[in-house]
Amino acid sequence: MDLFGQYVINGLMLGTIYALVAVGFTLFFGVLDVIKFSHGDVLMVGAFTGFTAAAGAAALGLSHPALQLAATVVFALAGTALLGAVIAKWLILPLKNAPRLNILLATLMLGTALRESVRLFYPDGSNPKAFPALLPTSAWQFGQFTLRVDSTILVVTGILVIVGLHLLINRTRLGLAIRAVAQDEETARTMGINYTLIVLVTFALGSGIAAVAGVMDGLYYNEINFGMGLLLGLIGFSAAIIGGLGNLYGAILGGFLFAALQMIGAVALPFASAYKDVFAFAVVIALMAWKPTGLIPERASDRV
Amino acid sequence: MKSILRFSVGAMLAAALAAAPLSGASAKDTVKIAFIGPLSGGTASIGVGGRNSAELAVRIRNADPKSKYHYELFAQDDECKPNVGVQVATKAAADRKVIGGVTHYCSAVAMSTVDVYHKFNLPVIVWGAVLPDITYGNDYKEVHRVNGTMVNQNEVAADFMTKHGYKTWVILHDTTDYGKGHNTYFSKYVTEKGGKVLATFGVTSDQQDFTAELTKAKELKPDVIYFGGLTPLGIRIRQQMDKLGIDAQFEGVSGIVSDAFIEGLDPKLAEGVLAFREGAPVEKLPGGQYFLGEYDKAKFDQGPDAYGAFAFAAATMMMDAIEKVGPDRKKVTAYLADIKDRDSIVGPITFDDHGQNTVAMITKYVIQDGKWVLWEDSEYAAGKRKLVAPK
Repeated sequence: MDLFGQYVINGLMLGTIYALVAVGFTLFFGVLDVIKFSHGDVLMVGAFTGFTAAAGAAALGLSHPALQLAATVVFALAGTALLGAVIAKWLILPLKNAPRLNILLATLMLGTALRESVRLFYPDGSNPKAFPALLPTSAWQFGQFTLRVDSTILVVTGILVIVGLHLLINRTRLGLAIRAVAQDEETARTMGINYTLIVLVTFALGSGIAAVAGVMDGLYYNEINFGMGLLLGLIGFSAAIIGGLGNLYGAILGGFLFAALQMIGAVALPFASAYKDVFAFAVVIALMAWKPTGLIPERASDRV
Repeated sequence: MKSILRFSVGAMLAAALAAAPLSGASAKDTVKIAFIGPLSGGTASIGVGGRNSAELAVRIRNADPKSKYHYELFAQDDECKPNVGVQVATKAAADRKVIGGVTHYCSAVAMSTVDVYHKFNLPVIVWGAVLPDITYGNDYKEVHRVNGTMVNQNEVAADFMTKHGYKTWVILHDTTDYGKGHNTYFSKYVTEKGGKVLATFGVTSDQQDFTAELTKAKELKPDVIYFGGLTPLGIRIRQQMDKLGIDAQFEGVSGIVSDAFIEGLDPKLAEGVLAFREGAPVEKLPGGQYFLGEYDKAKFDQGPDAYGAFAFAAATMMMDAIEKVGPDRKKVTAYLADIKDRDSIVGPITFDDHGQNTVAMITKYVIQDGKWVLWEDSEYAAGKRKLVAPK
């Protein structure tokens, strides 16, 4: 029973990271009907920005972990939010009326360009970087069950970010505008909503959340590398799809579901744990066949 | 006037071209030697250390007035990935100026490139990869290896661990040929010596999260967590063991014996990690002091790391062969087949029928105060410090 708790905590940690990535995919699809494949690599850029900020803060003599952490989060968020808005403004909006496939390909290529740029131009970028442990590392022991303070903080932060996003979308004027644009661009414009601004803000928001996931990933594993966004992006995208692309709650559900599948694949199934990703992705395929519009379909799914 | 000028320039050019072969003949012919290893990625510090050591061997040879040729190191990055390895191996083998190769640290890469070397008749000497099949899995005369294989390594490891009272293991290994090989040989020897493997997990070589596998391992309460794989995964697994509060001895293989393993970990977590490697440590090698002295003088930006001495020995042997029989791939291969008791900085080298150096010597290491220390010289062996006790 103790160990079951451990699996649940591990799964929650992974699920939170996946959900944060999936939320970005679903936001972008919601407002613009685009799939932005560079999302995972934007996450990686966020993690590297945070890593650089932490190192910079340390170099400036800010030795207190809390200050370094603040620098990490602020710079990672601001940097990726800006990057997200720039991508939307100069890559995605100009291609808005082009075939969907073009946007998909363009962002896929952009992701590769970002990844390779970090590898080539970041100092010693092809090697994994040891992300500093900025959170307290003490742990509570309950029999076999170990609960680390840092993991707990990360999971709670992730959940708070998701709740905050939910409130932002449903309780604020900005959220109302985002929902309006998502539902009907033309009507939103006639109601006096600044369409371009809302699209840019949405992309900045989604990318900023990816940066949170990237920094969380770095703090949890104490390691980042230039290729980390590739699999995370793919998993986040799958999570958004099985949840129902365009639906925020679907993305969150999808993220946790995918983490649960990986856990089950690694521990509960009789065959070797090396196949856990094979298992998880196979289940995703099955789910897609069963519910093509996702577990919680987008409300205005008639546009399919 | 213009036409005269043009004519005179043309005449000068013609004269210069005619003179070129003459001046070239008085200098030595240039012969290229390929070096292939991981120059980027998680095992880059070993690869760069190897490349520097091979470069050092080339510089020393070029400085020797008696050498017949001028050597050039053609260094390529295999990124520790089989597909990239095959590309760069083909690039090296297709270059006719390249007469021999000093190749590969990663076993999975070495396994996929031996066919290329055979097809192009390019003689190579492996400087770090330890999977037995690289030399024993084929009949290619072109492939040789100066370092030992993982068979001996795991036999010694199993013997050492069981003698220290450890009884139960959980094995994690990457699913490349390298990791699978370690799992096979270690499981075999440790079971023979009375140990028990409670569970085995294969993990992919770019896996980030091991909490599921390790939580299951925790449930089984093993004395030892054995990891068969390379440094980047080794770091992650050791780190996540701590996150889950697993109280077991961590035992690695030659793949984690590198400075990068220690740098990537909190000193507290690295302390007391065990690993085994074929060959003696550089300082204890017959020519070790000479090698380290020369390496220092060359002022590289990084140390030779764990396998530099082997790369140096391999490059030196390749150049010896070319000096003897000339820059001809087939002749070099034939020459290398007869190497017996040849002195080198890693001790005497004898190649058997498969091109494998038969001198099997295994060194036991433990990390003490942020350094890989010879077990015999450590405070652990002296009883001053303790490994994680068997349950």
